[in-house]
Amino acid sequence: MTARTASEIAAGVRSGTLAAAEVLEQHLDRIAAREGEVHAFNLVMTDQARRDAAAVDAAVAAGHDPGPLAGVPLALKDNMCTRGIETTCSSKILEGWKPPYDATVVTRLAAAGAVVVGKTNLDEFAMGSSTENSAFGPTRNPLDITRVPGGSSGGSAAAVAAGFASVSLGSDTGGSIRQPAALCGVVGVKPTYGYVSRYGLVAFASSLDQIGPFTNTVHDAALLLDVIGGHDPMDSTSIPDQHPSLLDAIRRDVVGLRVGRITDLPDGADPDVTERLEAAFDALREAGAKIVDVQVPAFGYGLTAYYLIAPSEASSNLARYDGVRYGLRVERPDTNAMYSATRAAGFGDEVKRRIMLGTYALSAGYYDAYYGKALKVRRLIADDFDRAYEHADVLLTPTAPTVAFPFGSKTDNPLAMYLCDVYTIPTNLAGHPGMSVPFGTGQHGLPVGVQVLAATLGEPTMFRAAAALERAMS
Amino acid sequence: MIYTAGPATGNEILIDGWELVVGLEVHVELATATKLFSASANRFGDDPNTNIDPVTLGLPGALPVLNRHAVELAMRIGTALNCTIQRSTFHRKNYFYPDMPKAYQISQYDQPLNVDGFLALPDATLIGIERAHLEEDTGKSTHVGGNGGRIHGSTYSLIDFNRAGVPLVEIVSRPDLRTSEQARQYVTELRGILIAIGASDAKMEEGSMRCDANVSVHRPGEPFGTRCEIKNVNSIRSLGRAIEYEARRQIDMIEAGETVRQETRHWDETDSRTHTLRVKEDADDYRYFLEPDLVPLAPSAEWIKAIADAMPMLPGARRARLGVATGFPADGEAIMVVVERGQDDYVLAVGAAGGDVGRALVHVKEAFAEASATPKLPAGDLAALTTLEVAGLLTATQAKTVLAEIVAAGGGDATAIARARGFEAMDTSALEAMVDQVIADNGPAWAKYRNGEDKALGALVGAAMKASNGKADGKFVTALLQSKRT
Repeated sequence: MTARTASEIAAGVRSGTLAAAEVLEQHLDRIAAREGEVHAFNLVMTDQARRDAAAVDAAVAAGHDPGPLAGVPLALKDNMCTRGIETTCSSKILEGWKPPYDATVVTRLAAAGAVVVGKTNLDEFAMGSSTENSAFGPTRNPLDITRVPGGSSGGSAAAVAAGFASVSLGSDTGGSIRQPAALCGVVGVKPTYGYVSRYGLVAFASSLDQIGPFTNTVHDAALLLDVIGGHDPMDSTSIPDQHPSLLDAIRRDVVGLRVGRITDLPDGADPDVTERLEAAFDALREAGAKIVDVQVPAFGYGLTAYYLIAPSEASSNLARYDGVRYGLRVERPDTNAMYSATRAAGFGDEVKRRIMLGTYALSAGYYDAYYGKALKVRRLIADDFDRAYEHADVLLTPTAPTVAFPFGSKTDNPLAMYLCDVYTIPTNLAGHPGMSVPFGTGQHGLPVGVQVLAATLGEPTMFRAAAALERAMS
Repeated sequence: MIYTAGPATGNEILIDGWELVVGLEVHVELATATKLFSASANRFGDDPNTNIDPVTLGLPGALPVLNRHAVELAMRIGTALNCTIQRSTFHRKNYFYPDMPKAYQISQYDQPLNVDGFLALPDATLIGIERAHLEEDTGKSTHVGGNGGRIHGSTYSLIDFNRAGVPLVEIVSRPDLRTSEQARQYVTELRGILIAIGASDAKMEEGSMRCDANVSVHRPGEPFGTRCEIKNVNSIRSLGRAIEYEARRQIDMIEAGETVRQETRHWDETDSRTHTLRVKEDADDYRYFLEPDLVPLAPSAEWIKAIADAMPMLPGARRARLGVATGFPADGEAIMVVVERGQDDYVLAVGAAGGDVGRALVHVKEAFAEASATPKLPAGDLAALTTLEVAGLLTATQAKTVLAEIVAAGGGDATAIARARGFEAMDTSALEAMVDQVIADNGPAWAKYRNGEDKALGALVGAAMKASNGKADGKFVTALLQSKRT
């Protein structure tokens, strides 16, 4: 049987020509065959998924419409709260913790008829670019198991690339959806900040975190975002406006669309990656778009600003893991010793490194020089993007500087690992949307992703360009 | 009224040549149905850990959503304290403590909701209000074992998160208070305002109003001295005592050639002293930064106006109104007490029903001490009583007796009751004759009184009242006896 898209599965199930249970079993079979080597999941929810699929089929049989994602097997990054189901963030400090509530996205997916097949692996608390920082072992790239899937949403990217799930959700703080999407050869979208509710997403850096989809097609990404997007009163930073349908947007061509090339983009992308980017410009030009040169001078400062802002917020967000109320507790005779022992045992090295960085950057006497200055750079980046978007509707960049890299090749050098996100981070700082679209292959036949960026709430335009790139490849 | 920053004048009372300088930080729990950032109930006294939810417990992924009613109550406080209500933001104040679920408190930092106001004491002294900002309360820890309920050295601790996330407004005064009495008046007045505007029940004993005092001393004309912050003051009375103790401690230190250290001190009710809690050098670095889970709070001009338009009359204005109506001093005891009990409208209603407001004020103050609000008695019944009194048909003493009977019955006709009891005021000449008779009958007591033994007066007044069968006015009898002594 050939892989179907989520849109095809949902259409089939809703019309009664396809059984959700049958679709699920095909995905469970693939999990059984390859999950041992890929390790995309922290938890495969076989029994509940079978019950949910059966319920979808029963609803259809009873003449009800289960919704736009009827019977679509879906994987959730394990930093999204699922009621009564372990949610670990791939950290020992949360091992065994079962939230008493569902994240808003989980509620919306269930209401749309999706079938959750499992919780996927990630870099601990979404801090990393390779999924090697998981406390439960790394995820392997299904296209070459000697290489990383990217990260931090490596499990969700691998689950879609391996066919374990038709679609999945990840979270993107500095590139954690787009970079693994590029390395695994799937579509990955980081929406505008506030487009999707963060309620129930375990926070890494609250002002940057955003949930988004991994899919095989641009159409599926539009379908999924239409379901999970939109205002949520439980998230004060959620955008109150109603979002236009992205499924409508991707029907439009790109004739006359202004596609920007950032002439002062930081160097560092491998030649095979820049080659594919050039091919992408060519493809859009052929489809009728206009290529324009723009400058985003502060783009190159994004990485530095990010590694002050994100750890600062993280140092505060992760302070609650103190052993008092839930999760791991290492007993000691007094409270302060218990805090220290619990956090020393519960957090991995990268998480500790960022907590220390952030605590330092926010400290009295250092705030202005570090966190305060980073906030100014953040403003500068947003202003530079705004000026660029006066001349261009979308911008194209590489998603990641390289194709998927071998395990261990960057683990000894945090700075080399941080550079994986040099092209994705500025978008998060500006709060803008960005997505990675697979656009052919580079070295070793591994996939290369092209990143499409747009201004705040520019999703419809961004999806138009992405759909055109996808058409050019088919 | 315009508040000008600077020390209050005219009320300085120097202690051995030292001037006391006090600023107060008052935390009040807002009377909302739910918490500041979640839908859990804001209710005192429930079973531990029953009013909780993912936000209250700081569970991973939970996000705060600001309670609009809490904002309204905070704006009412700002309006009542003559503050400017401005665009404000929330910050995180980071520190570890077991009853702090997120390991940070969401509070307002450099952009508070209310700034630059003032509160007028009953004698019209203006005390500056620096700010009144919104923040969330912590949970409540009970440390078991060890010494004195402190976490250090305890065997274990119990935490109740019912209070965590309860909305608080912290009201910070300027260092404008100069005596412990002013500090007491400030808190009393603030409490009256908070209750009047429905912002809080402001019960210090339940912790819904908590007060910290910043205390320093200096020589008039010299810069302020080093201040100490006094915590754990649990009543208005303790506040005065703690300030007095702390002022004395600082003066004694300076006069002994020592230096006052800036520190936080704990008021201990059992030994009536303050004790070092922590010195400034040990203070936490709270690493404040803008709370990314919330957006700025910027009340519109329309909203601010609607709050101001809906303001009830505040205690100060109500006292002034009653002062004008009765001729009594607005900051005198009778008016202070009656307004604090919220019985001033009733007194005015007695006046509107044709009664005498001055007499009504005195009766309400004395006869309805138990009542915390409006007396149940129809205003017309009390009006009729005061009319008889003012017309000289009842003495004050008789009026009291009649009123007690009316109150017990929940209403009644004063004229009928007075008649039934045979009350009729004696005329002055009859009374004077009766007093002369009492003097004649009580020679030894009269002699003692004339020789300067004031306590003999009581026996003479008692004899006169007995002779009149209670119809005489005790005060008038006393005055007559006094006038005959000279």
